Amino acid sequence: MSIATGAGAGHLSVERRARAVELVALYPHPRSALIPLCHLAQEQDGWLRPEAVEEIAGLVGVTPAEVVGTASFYEMLHTEPVGTYVVSVCTNIACMLKGAYELLEHIEERLGVRPGSTTADGTFTLEDTECIADCGRAPCLAVNHRFVGDVTPASFDQLVDDLRAGRRADDIPPHGTLVRVRRQGGLAVDEATVEAERRAMAERMAAAEGSS
Amino acid sequence: MTVTDAPRIVTSRLGYEDSYTLERYLATGGYEGLRKALGMRPDEVAAEVDAVSLLGRGGAGFPAGRKWSMLRKAPTTYLVVNGDESEPATFKDHLLLEGDPHQLIEGVVIAAYAIQAARAFVYVRGEFALGLERVQAALNEAYEHGAVGRDIFGSGFSLDIVVHPGAGAYICGEETALLESLEGKRGFPRIKPPYFPAAIGLYGEPTVVNNVETLSNLPWVLVNGSAAFTALGAGRSTGTRLFALAGHVANPGVYEVEMVKTTFRDLIYDDALGGGIPGGRGLKAIIPGGVSAPWFGPQHLDLPLGQDEVGEQGSMLGSGSVVVMDDSTCVVRAAWRITRFFWRESCGQCTPCREGSGWLEKVLRRIEDGAGRESDVDLLMDLCDNLAPGVSWPPQQTTICVLGSSIPSSIASAVRMFRDDLLVHVKEGGCPHG
Repeated sequence: MSIATGAGAGHLSVERRARAVELVALYPHPRSALIPLCHLAQEQDGWLRPEAVEEIAGLVGVTPAEVVGTASFYEMLHTEPVGTYVVSVCTNIACMLKGAYELLEHIEERLGVRPGSTTADGTFTLEDTECIADCGRAPCLAVNHRFVGDVTPASFDQLVDDLRAGRRADDIPPHGTLVRVRRQGGLAVDEATVEAERRAMAERMAAAEGSS
Repeated sequence: MTVTDAPRIVTSRLGYEDSYTLERYLATGGYEGLRKALGMRPDEVAAEVDAVSLLGRGGAGFPAGRKWSMLRKAPTTYLVVNGDESEPATFKDHLLLEGDPHQLIEGVVIAAYAIQAARAFVYVRGEFALGLERVQAALNEAYEHGAVGRDIFGSGFSLDIVVHPGAGAYICGEETALLESLEGKRGFPRIKPPYFPAAIGLYGEPTVVNNVETLSNLPWVLVNGSAAFTALGAGRSTGTRLFALAGHVANPGVYEVEMVKTTFRDLIYDDALGGGIPGGRGLKAIIPGGVSAPWFGPQHLDLPLGQDEVGEQGSMLGSGSVVVMDDSTCVVRAAWRITRFFWRESCGQCTPCREGSGWLEKVLRRIEDGAGRESDVDLLMDLCDNLAPGVSWPPQQTTICVLGSSIPSSIASAVRMFRDDLLVHVKEGGCPHG
């Protein structure tokens, strides 16, 4: 395969392809953009499609196997399809002390799936997750990484109804959309300028040390 | 003096609804510390930070100033912010990322100037969607304001900052795993030595990795001076610290309190802080410093919240988390859930951690489920001994990173403090708590 010719190009939309190229340029080494690009692909497809993996591999200069090998290490990157809403219920210590497992039982019943599964209509994927750092509002959960605290069986049922009716579309986008705020522009300073500045300062400091 | 008298160094803006905006930041003294720093020489800024004994707020508690001074001299150095807060029941950096991102950015530029970093990366835990958005929005504003980017505030110092999302892996909070992750790889901790990325870090270059709360202290330190900071706290534990209080307390939440001058009792029972245990229940145990820390009992309530004070008693302040367990808590279930976490999050590189965590989880689960044997209690300790020989504190290590040696903490605590509870599970064929 050839990196230079952009192997796998064509799966990401034109707009996302442009953002991908911008992301790669933020790092001294292209491979650093691998995870951000996986998020970008999930924003488009909801999960990491093999076509997206090919394109990411071409963009950062590794093989598709290396992209999957890396992505499969991380909980948030899905190499298989997931529901529109990934419901991550925290059951770690702080939530467990506040009844998380009892809540999870209710959620399993309400959604009709066990952790690790997706509802038949493809709307909800249920996860039993580790601490999501919202313990002041335990028991808590996240839907597509948007946090919901002080959850009760009744408030969960309401949440499900709201999601199905599209009433939470503003604050809970479909799975894959992580960060809706874009970086404005690329790097502001080129490497040569930074190097020259740092060298000049090093000389200034050496001179100050010599004179003291 | 009550426990709430100390100045709020890192949480001063969190009461405002728009605490995360540039407008609010500038209206409350924002970027003044950076202006002051840029008027000094970088080594003078570093000396100021070294003077305050700013112990790292991430978990290990290593002095930030010393970390900086260990940097190998090289043309290119990097600053990396560890915003991968994932230690269970720790939610303070989460609050700072969402609530005061400009304070962090100002701290990043000050630190980058002091160590003359070529570029800074802010690694934010991937699950913090709102935190990532707030930090990116603040960074956009900061570029616009001239506080980041080319020729910052006309000082001749330029710096780019890149916000980098993680993707869900506890181990990436370990700084060498974080660097691997930032290089686009699996989050495998690196073999030590070198012990510090200051020697070989990101892309093999000298790198400083600092925690979110640590850097968020810098603007205040620059504006108010090191003497004002060291006037707070005592000994090596200077300033204030954020404590994320969770579990069986009336008012769980994040509290900024003066180090050493505040005790566990204050934090848990003071009406302005935790507000006590609901339902008039008694205290069974405290998990100080994250689930990697050995537990404390009621006899430790009057211990001051200081790094050395807690260390001398056989535990740690660690990540700044405090979990309260009341007298209705099943300690077997608690230890099992913590162990299950480590089993799920072990990166799998080292056999004692990868295999040991799974074995421990299984043994604890069978005790909880009523299939335990009396010999299981000793079996647990034997397995722990394989992970951290001697099961002492601080733990001995048989693995590349400290995740493995952290696993025995909760189990050894449960066995040593509540051996009878475990035996009751075995004898009665299950959990007496139902």
